[in-house]
Amino acid sequence: MTMMKSRIGAALAATTLLAGMAAPAAAADDTFKIGVITFLSGQAAESFGVPAWNGGKLLVDMLNEGGKLPAPYDKMGFGGMKIEAVIVDEAGGATKQVQEFRNLVQREEVDAVVGYVSSGDCLAVPPVADELKAFTILYDCGTPRVFEDGSYDYVFRTAAHATMDNLSLARYLKSRDFDVPSFAGLNQDYAWGQDSWADFTGAMKQLYPDAEVKTALFPKFGAGQYGTEISALLREKPALVHSSNWGGDLQGFLIQATARGLHKRAQLALSAGDHVIPQLQDKMPDGIFLGARGVNGLAAQARGGELKELTDTMWNAYEAEYNTFPVQAPFRMWQALFGLKTAVEKAMADNGGTKPSSEELAAAMKGLEWDAPSGRIEMALADGHQAIQPNAIGTTKWNAEAGKMELVDIEYYAARCVNPPEGVKSQDWLADGFPGAECD
Amino acid sequence: MDLAATILVDGLIYAGWLFIVSVGLTLVFGVLNILNIAHGSLYAIGAYASASMVGAYFALGGEAFPYGSYVAMILAAVLVALVLGPLLERGLLRFFYGRDEVLNVLVTYAVFLILEDAMKLIWGVNPYFVYEPYTLLGDVEIGPLFYVGYDFAVIAAAVIVGLAVWLTLNKTRVGKVVLAVIHDSEMSQTMGVNVQRIYLGAFMAGTFLAALGGALTAPMISVTPGLGVNVIIVAFAVVIIGGLGSVPGAAIGALMVGISRAASVHLFPEAELFIIYFVMAIVLLFRPEGLFAKTQARKI
Repeated sequence: MTMMKSRIGAALAATTLLAGMAAPAAAADDTFKIGVITFLSGQAAESFGVPAWNGGKLLVDMLNEGGKLPAPYDKMGFGGMKIEAVIVDEAGGATKQVQEFRNLVQREEVDAVVGYVSSGDCLAVPPVADELKAFTILYDCGTPRVFEDGSYDYVFRTAAHATMDNLSLARYLKSRDFDVPSFAGLNQDYAWGQDSWADFTGAMKQLYPDAEVKTALFPKFGAGQYGTEISALLREKPALVHSSNWGGDLQGFLIQATARGLHKRAQLALSAGDHVIPQLQDKMPDGIFLGARGVNGLAAQARGGELKELTDTMWNAYEAEYNTFPVQAPFRMWQALFGLKTAVEKAMADNGGTKPSSEELAAAMKGLEWDAPSGRIEMALADGHQAIQPNAIGTTKWNAEAGKMELVDIEYYAARCVNPPEGVKSQDWLADGFPGAECD
Repeated sequence: MDLAATILVDGLIYAGWLFIVSVGLTLVFGVLNILNIAHGSLYAIGAYASASMVGAYFALGGEAFPYGSYVAMILAAVLVALVLGPLLERGLLRFFYGRDEVLNVLVTYAVFLILEDAMKLIWGVNPYFVYEPYTLLGDVEIGPLFYVGYDFAVIAAAVIVGLAVWLTLNKTRVGKVVLAVIHDSEMSQTMGVNVQRIYLGAFMAGTFLAALGGALTAPMISVTPGLGVNVIIVAFAVVIIGGLGSVPGAAIGALMVGISRAASVHLFPEAELFIIYFVMAIVLLFRPEGLFAKTQARKI
């Protein structure tokens, strides 16, 4: 009898245990878990990481509630599954990020990873993502090298790389008949600054072959002090100064340069400059040419057209929630999450409506196209793994009446006008004079 | 000639800033024999405190007399020294006096990490701006270039700081006591010197100078997390060139780094980062202890 009881007890215990194990599995099918990696501390936090996740959190909440966004994004979550996000700070370097990635995939068992502002992290993580067969979206980083020097099955980048930013700037100068007898550069001394300057000089060589390069300055990342560099720029008297600086480096440079009148003696052209507008406001001078690494921020709001409803919905929700306007980083997070939603729902349409595996997600994402507040995103490069998107450059103008900075004289560039075609490396494309560019 | 004058002016401006940042580091090493890695954090906290104080000053109606913001900046540095000086020196560092120098480096590195997080806790990750003091002093035209008057005020502040530290150490009774402690703290204690008080005073002075460097820099930058990291590296280069513990050494080191860096930006921009370490390497090749390292008295 005692033995019988213990058998029944054991059977009950086993059933309970199995039920207990089955319960989270059942719940997991109702939930799509994403690991989100972005800078929550360090210098990139306030410029990119924090606004990106502010935007991401907002979108996840809106999607989970359902019916908050215009079609085709009006259905709840990802294919009816509630979205759950695990956030990881990107600070700490590539080695740490590889560990964090493994942790997200193997311990947290996320269904997809969306992350990385730093190009170093974007180069370090993809081999591990393929090794673990973990579906991964690189949402922000700019280096063309990820897919130009490598190829991965499970890794996708939903934002265009940095070549677009600098070719667009050069095209903007040309389309406005801006005279550039000479130009100079001030860029941060690491891969981003070096690559951006190489892209800009490459584009200028084609569009302004007679323009003389006066000086190329590469102050240390986080230098803070630009007095000597500003003197050098004032002394060299270039017609234009190019900078891909961002965050505190860009803010410090602009504060010091405008106090010394550099903007009155040379045209400033900033490839990624929109994100310092909320902080600097009227301390940022009028007449600066700037881009936002896509039709993002002020350029997206001014565009109107078919995407106006989607852009305005996101813009207004962001402004209401955070009391500031969304700059480029939340736009890139949005285009990643809208792309992920589209891929999940496409994969579910193909597999009969069950939660897709990494393989199914990768198959759905390859070559995918979708609309985002930043425009039409097309996974057109690197065999369907690298996005191209339209871009915009505008000119700053302070609206004293409204007390806010505006972008005027905005030029929009089609994705195929400023991004290289499939199979062509960016630097080769620039050097050859952008063959196959399709401009309106 | 224009180029030489521009290099000299740019070099002096940078050297002035560098000296203020470095002199506290060398003072603390000279007296306490501690290589204070947390000096960079104290600089950053000075910048944050300055931004907060100047912001508060203008919020309370400071526009009527904007020059008062300079007083707010100095008060911010004093406040940082009064709070953090005793807290760190009495609360932590005193337990490690006489221990291995490497241990002190690790302890101050730990303090650096803690303060970096504390700053994020107090001020968050968003940048702080206080431009007003930067443009108050107008422009200065030198040759073909315009400079901001504030840059020259920083040079003046560096000269005042340098003279004040040098005169205090060499021409006052307190200074002589400090020098006696530097020379032999045990003997000084035997002679009735309150060594603990000297240590506390020196560390508070070092903290004040670090914070003052940050406070004076705040108006020309956006005050953001990570501010202290770059500063500590370049400050170390300066005090190593000058000789650890030497105030005139810090001045010469700052001038050498400032002017060679300015020359590099104007003439060989690609060598800008390299030049600081090149100068340091050349100096150390001929003077491994730095240019003005104090002579070590040998104890029997």
